[in-house]
Amino acid sequence: MSSRRSRSSRQTGASMISEDQINDLVLQLHRLLPELGNNHRRSGKVSASKVLQETCTYIRNLNKEVDDLSERLSQLLESTDSAQAALIRSLLM
Amino acid sequence: MASLVSDTEPPTYLNSSPTDLVRRKKRQSASSSAASSRRNNAASATAGDGDSHAPWRSEKQQRSYSANLIQALQQVRLSSSAAETPYPTAQKRGKAFREAADRALAVSARGRTLWSRAILFNRFKLKFRKQKRPRPAAIPAVITRGSSSSSSGRGTKKRRVTVVKLNKKSIPTVNRKVRVLGRLVPGCKKESVPVILEEATDYIQALEMQVRAMKSLAELLSGSGSGSAPPPI
Repeated sequence: MSSRRSRSSRQTGASMISEDQINDLVLQLHRLLPELGNNHRRSGKVSASKVLQETCTYIRNLNKEVDDLSERLSQLLESTDSAQAALIRSLLM
Repeated sequence: MASLVSDTEPPTYLNSSPTDLVRRKKRQSASSSAASSRRNNAASATAGDGDSHAPWRSEKQQRSYSANLIQALQQVRLSSSAAETPYPTAQKRGKAFREAADRALAVSARGRTLWSRAILFNRFKLKFRKQKRPRPAAIPAVITRGSSSSSSGRGTKKRRVTVVKLNKKSIPTVNRKVRVLGRLVPGCKKESVPVILEEATDYIQALEMQVRAMKSLAELLSGSGSGSAPPPI
């Protein structure tokens, strides 16, 4: 990782957060995001606000996916009965 | 490579399962997930940079999460059937399900992150702020669904990117977006910027693991519900 130069930025008063730290964190975040349109970017630079925007979108999508999956799973669990429930229970024993 | 390890993991689970039912189930789950992990194996990434994110992709974490998840689901199911009237709408059932899954996820985080603590404490309506002690969770030492969610989806190789230097104009924009992000992650509404960013990275990985686990569980349930014979290994 890059060296943590403690160059405090003007934006916060409560804690001295250096820009480098924020950049590192944003980079970390960017690595997690699915690379949808980033492959076309020629330069190796991403803007922080874009990364944050994509992060918000991605989290919303993940949340929605989890909601859909949980609804589907709850329906499945309701509909399936003795055999599968016994199966699942046996997985716990 | 994590993905390569996951391919060889399933056979060890098969040997340790006690009952025939469990063994058959694991074979099904192993074959279904092995197929998906083989797809991602082709582009297995250099795991050098991703070591800090390893905890959410480790087998142990996934196993503990899936154990908690199944237990939580059982409770939801039992509670819904024990009540006089089952949940009238599918939405309510799904919501209870989601909450149970989130709780299982938060428990798997061992209380090290803010969002997990927020999820767990919100359930009991407690307003703890910087609680350092993790919630003691009764994680049963049981055999789980095996390699249900072992495929690492991050197989693509990312080019090295650098972040554009934050200038005077972009700082308030970045701040605003970080605030929005903080509202999305549970428990981070009033945190500082680096905390929110760090929580977000952890939260995203946890959510991804949750999605993987629930997807494979759904596949397992719907597959065993429709088909009678187990697929060939």
